[in-house]
Amino acid sequence: MSLVKKIVLDVLKPHQPNAIEFSQSIANVGPDYKVRLSVIEMDENTETIQIEVEGREIDFDAIQSAISNMGGSLHSVDEVEVHSDEGAG
Amino acid sequence: MSRLSQVRLLLRVTQTHDIARRYFVVNGFDGALTMLGLIIGFLVSGPVDLSLIINACLGAAIALGVSGVSSAYVSESAERKLALGKLEDAMSSDLQESVHGEAARWIPLFIALVNGLAPLIISLLILTPLWLSNAGVVLPVPPLYAAILVAFLLTFLLGVFLGRIAGISWVRSGIQTLLIAILTATLIYLFTGH
Repeated sequence: MSLVKKIVLDVLKPHQPNAIEFSQSIANVGPDYKVRLSVIEMDENTETIQIEVEGREIDFDAIQSAISNMGGSLHSVDEVEVHSDEGAG
Repeated sequence: MSRLSQVRLLLRVTQTHDIARRYFVVNGFDGALTMLGLIIGFLVSGPVDLSLIINACLGAAIALGVSGVSSAYVSESAERKLALGKLEDAMSSDLQESVHGEAARWIPLFIALVNGLAPLIISLLILTPLWLSNAGVVLPVPPLYAAILVAFLLTFLLGVFLGRIAGISWVRSGIQTLLIAILTATLIYLFTGH
């Protein structure tokens, strides 16, 4: 058993919802998520962003669902930090 | 997320809060001036039964409401579908299940309700003195004059609302819209009274 502690995602999103609402939506997925969002590139209708999420136990599927719900499209998982769960089993 | 927060999010996502506000003022104004016109028309036509005036005005108010809802829904649905299609092309993905798809389905309905309810509610408020008088309530002024005063008050308040949005003097803005209502009343009186 292992726990995902940090992920860095490359995401394409529409301009709306804005970066704050987008980050809040992802942060609301978990009780202790810390989200950092950086805008990498911007064009007329979309922006490419990098999202870094840290937490005690990150639920990747739920984050992916939150991104889709806000109209975003996950392009790649650029970085992952996984810890083995010493307390498990 | 509460229903109100959800509506706010959808309005922000589609950037349509200003459209809803504009529709509210434009159609609210339509409602107020239409009632003003009808009531002054009855006033200068000589004695008419109050229930007949109420029915005629209520008919017009309902027609304004239905027209507002249906016309805004049809046009906003088309606009939202077009905007969603453009965004889907830019994103190269299906956004039907996202907040954008949800907005394309619900925002036309919300804007249609604003567009239809604004003239309907304002018209009903203007008709209140007529209903009260018809129900036997004694008013300090004759009911048709009271309804005209309510119409003037509501057009003034619409101006105040516009002034606050624009960040200009609300008194000046309120007086501007009130003058438009007075001008309308004068024109109606001149063309129908003699």
